[in-house]
Amino acid sequence: MTTAISVHNLGKQYKIGAAETKFRYNMLRDVIVDTVSAPIRLAKAMIGRSDRRMNQNYVWALKDVSFDLEEGKVLGIVGRNGAGKSTLLKILSRVTEPTTGTVTVRGRVGSLLEVGTGFHPELTGRENIYMNGAILGMKRTEIDSKFDEIVDFSEVTQFIDTPVKRYSSGMYLRLAFAVAAHLEPEILVVDEVLAVGDAEFQKKCLGKMGDVAQQGRTVLFVSHNMSAILRLTQEAIVLNKGQLIMRGPTQEAVDYYLSSGQSQAGERTWEADEVPAASQPFTPISLKVKERGGKVVDTVRSTEPVTVEFEYKLSSPVTGLRVGLYVSTMRGEYVFTSFDTDTPELYEKFDTRSAGHYISRAELPADIFNEGRYTVGVNASSFGVKRYFMDENALAFNVDISGAPGTQWGEPRVGPVRPRLNWKIEKRSEIRDCRLNL
Amino acid sequence: MTQISKTNPHEPHTVYIKPSKGLAALNLSDLLRYRELIFFMVWRDVKVKYKQTLLGMAWAVVQPVMTMLVFTFLFDRVAKLPTEGVPYPVFSFTALLPWGLFVTALNQGSRSLVAHQNMVTKIYFPRLILPTASVFAGMVDFAIAFVILVILMFYYQVTPAWNLIWTLPLFLLLAIITALGVALWLSAINVQYRDVNQALPFLTQFWLFATPVAYSASVISDRWQLLYSLNPMAGVVNGFRWALLGTGNGPDAALWVSVGISILIFVSGLFYFKSMEKTFADTI
Repeated sequence: MTTAISVHNLGKQYKIGAAETKFRYNMLRDVIVDTVSAPIRLAKAMIGRSDRRMNQNYVWALKDVSFDLEEGKVLGIVGRNGAGKSTLLKILSRVTEPTTGTVTVRGRVGSLLEVGTGFHPELTGRENIYMNGAILGMKRTEIDSKFDEIVDFSEVTQFIDTPVKRYSSGMYLRLAFAVAAHLEPEILVVDEVLAVGDAEFQKKCLGKMGDVAQQGRTVLFVSHNMSAILRLTQEAIVLNKGQLIMRGPTQEAVDYYLSSGQSQAGERTWEADEVPAASQPFTPISLKVKERGGKVVDTVRSTEPVTVEFEYKLSSPVTGLRVGLYVSTMRGEYVFTSFDTDTPELYEKFDTRSAGHYISRAELPADIFNEGRYTVGVNASSFGVKRYFMDENALAFNVDISGAPGTQWGEPRVGPVRPRLNWKIEKRSEIRDCRLNL
Repeated sequence: MTQISKTNPHEPHTVYIKPSKGLAALNLSDLLRYRELIFFMVWRDVKVKYKQTLLGMAWAVVQPVMTMLVFTFLFDRVAKLPTEGVPYPVFSFTALLPWGLFVTALNQGSRSLVAHQNMVTKIYFPRLILPTASVFAGMVDFAIAFVILVILMFYYQVTPAWNLIWTLPLFLLLAIITALGVALWLSAINVQYRDVNQALPFLTQFWLFATPVAYSASVISDRWQLLYSLNPMAGVVNGFRWALLGTGNGPDAALWVSVGISILIFVSGLFYFKSMEKTFADTI
């Protein structure tokens, strides 16, 4: 089998907190840039915006990563936010250049992230298909031959000569996805973390990914959803702080990932470098699980209510913001999703959230969880507009079930929830007696 | 940055990704592979430019004609500037053609990278395509306005010399090279410093005064001519007038200075752009 991707000592250094670039490689460029930017820097200094060139901070988003991937394999990539997953994919798709190391990629790299890139609202569906296809690297003849297929797939046939600004968001997304899906790259990159759209759309993405994998093409799959990783990949790598710490069969890699980074004691805080720039104006600060007395705990009792607190900052007002929780089992199955503006009163009151420091606090009632370990994910988004921030594995907590319903038998119960149901036991004959009395 | 091995089209090509060192290779072969994208970008810019406007493509005519009328009133009727025997409307319109092309290219080109942020941060393609396409998109307006110039010349019975067949395209090329060169510099700087957006209107205005669009280059005294020709657009405008109207000296030392400066801006812009290209996705 031939190697599709060969990554060797790959490293990517980013500077943080500095707008100035420090040039490292050659003198001529230094001279040119310094000459050109001198008046601009001077102007900046004059209007009081300080030149931050002095305090450069560099961070390795990726360091010494090496791996080979054979053609036709599906590789899962797992790691926390800021572990370097997206950076790796960006380098592979040539959006950004590595600082060190080399990559050899055999074939065209396509990504389902690029959905709709280069779409122009004023152009018709037909024109955008050609435009978008060209941006994704398709030849005109290639687009010609796939045109009908793309239109069929997108289900917008009758609007194909209408400007896409008149499309519904669903139609827009379908058309955009149809083009990306027909690119037929030799290597497909799927970053579910950044994928836009609703659950339906994400399902479509995953479905397409499965098809591609079955056709014997190479797939790289990034997800925070462990069950999706387990289902769709046989092999996975674990990234932590830019380094490849483990590669193995998916089951082993997932177990390793879950057992290593997850064991914080009921509290998760976000450092500046863990928050992607794209999340602005939203900045997560911390997520805490508290027991009734207000103490941060790692293990909660299923018979008592639990408070989950998400603290964050908004640097500018956001309309339609909803901040919410995903609770899932360690296997990646969702237990529930809830947003802070789910109730109509709060939905109206917080239609626009002004800039400031917030805590969204939810009380999870007693008698929900079964025994085991659960992960809490957070999400901050404006529905249909933008997802500002998401971390599906923000923290994990254990549930202790002493005193919970059914514990007298001492056997494990299946299912992630263990509700205290309002059972009534009635004897049939007594019912008949009652009726007779009436 | 990256090299693409030559293989037959049915074989997937292999891409080597590694940090680029020194002055980045220009990688023109990659630009060639994406030539269809240049075409599509130009086509899109042209198509979208006058969408949902009442006058549509007529704007390509209205803009220079209105400027010409204002100039005629101010500089011909009021200030009575010398025009070397050519009717002032033709005299200024001849200069407004390349100037319009230059200004559009400069403004669109300099903003092209930032305007296509989502493309730059999401997919690979040779970034040079963006400013290049913006510059070429201005050519369509130029062609339409050129028809008006021909009509004006007929009306005022100005007969051009026959050698304009080959001289005019050369001066047009000079205008394009100049515009592209400046757009390469400014678009790359704009990625990091949005100051460019702020400076553009001022720069455009200043440059207009420094270029003999509204007035004749002959009003500049001889001792300043050489300094004046450091502005490559002065060479372009003088060249257009010489080719179309027969005014001025034709190719002289001043023109060669303009050509030299223009090529210098273009080549240095190309190298600067290529050397900054790898940081675009990270800093934009």
